[in-house]
Amino acid sequence: MEIIIFKIFLVLALFLLSITIAAYSTFSERKVAAFMQDRIGPNRAGPFGLLQPLADGVKMIMKEEILPASSNKLLFILGPAISMVTALMASAVIPWGPDITIAGTKVHLQVADINIGILYIMGVVSIGVYGIMIGGWASNNKFALLGAVRASTQMISYELAMGMSIIAVIMTTGSLSLGNMVTGQSGWHGMAWNVVLQPLGFLIFLICAFAETNRTPFDLPESETELIGGYHTEYSSMKLGFYLFAEYINMFLSSAVISCLYFGGYNFPFMDIVQQNTGEILFAFICFLVLMTKILFFIFFFFWVRWTIPRFRFDQLMNLGWKILLPLSIINMLITGTIILLNQ
Amino acid sequence: MTAILFYILSAICIISSILMIFHKNAMYSVLFLLICFFSVAGLYVMLNAQFLAIVHIIVYAGAIMVLFLYVIMFLNMSTPITIRKSKLVMGIAVFTGSSLCFVLVTALWATNFGQNPAIVNQDIGLASTLGKVLFNEFLIPFEVSSVLFLSSMVGIVIFNKKEQKDE
Repeated sequence: MEIIIFKIFLVLALFLLSITIAAYSTFSERKVAAFMQDRIGPNRAGPFGLLQPLADGVKMIMKEEILPASSNKLLFILGPAISMVTALMASAVIPWGPDITIAGTKVHLQVADINIGILYIMGVVSIGVYGIMIGGWASNNKFALLGAVRASTQMISYELAMGMSIIAVIMTTGSLSLGNMVTGQSGWHGMAWNVVLQPLGFLIFLICAFAETNRTPFDLPESETELIGGYHTEYSSMKLGFYLFAEYINMFLSSAVISCLYFGGYNFPFMDIVQQNTGEILFAFICFLVLMTKILFFIFFFFWVRWTIPRFRFDQLMNLGWKILLPLSIINMLITGTIILLNQ
Repeated sequence: MTAILFYILSAICIISSILMIFHKNAMYSVLFLLICFFSVAGLYVMLNAQFLAIVHIIVYAGAIMVLFLYVIMFLNMSTPITIRKSKLVMGIAVFTGSSLCFVLVTALWATNFGQNPAIVNQDIGLASTLGKVLFNEFLIPFEVSSVLFLSSMVGIVIFNKKEQKDE
């Protein structure tokens, strides 16, 4: 019973964490953009503009709700809802820290330690495209439809290379569970990170993560210069807010997945020494902070790339996905397999 | 508890498949089929076959149905249309449908529902069990089909390259 209460508490905490991180990502993205373009950025609401996300949220809710007359009403509302739900679902299998003891039993700091965690994430990602497709189609607008079609082609194309690079990681760790994958990287005093074993796989996964979250240079589904706003052209008020928010939550969670798969999750150098000298709860908290640092770095990396690399053309995007990333990921898988075979 | 869950999932599955067949709008049909897939995945989870459930969702709901939606969006098939076919085609359709129904009913008739395979072995659907079976008993079919999938993927890329050279 205590465990169920703890898990419910964990779910609520993760929900609030995702929302807060997403809200402050919008703020920090504008700050990073301002820094890179030699501007100041938002600085009016609160000290250093820290209340800006709150102001943005209130603005989103207060704006007029518009249901286009020619749209499909039910699906129009369903679209952003699916986007938001699938974005929030992925956090369930991410291990946020080592096991802790609560009321005499060992508990994972993870909502669900299912033995197919990484496949669950793949499944949630592949469902996420429906939010964009349904919303884009239900708007009954050519630009929105084009954006939705682009989103679906892009996601399906990059899922292949993404899956292939994940297979290489599964081969090295020998497990489908994210919890096992992270504990498997705790060798060498917490420095046996998969990025050392899988540098090519990491690069492929990173590029695919950009494509799956629709971030620049892969933000063709909403490229404002060609498609006005892409799939969310017709959306207003909090429904638009949900789409934008889902993108930031996806970014947060893909950073978390990258950290867990390739950068050791909550493992940090010389963690075994720290573990001997600190209490269990404190150690778990330090591990959580380490994981959050890694995640925040990758979120920053998303911003960094956005303001550095311009958007691809659509044929360039398809060529990169099918002709470069897919063969590379297959080669990566073959090399991994050969090395594992030779080491036996 | 599990029995109630089973009946709820089965009800969702059956109702959504019936709605899928009878809905005039192709877009809604696809969405009802999706709901049907999810309830089937839920049934897999109840049989302790999580791996099968999640692969079912990734492959069918995540990839194949997206392509279905894609085609429906492009061909603008979402406007309700009444399909008129010749008497011969309708007769053939009725014949095929009823023979499929006959096969299914006889198969159900022959099944012994007293023995539930899921109760016999709890680990039957886990990824490790599945892997052991696939790589021991069914190694050759598995490898052949994986090469087939890979060749179809490579084939698409080459197909695309040749078209560009002709231009």
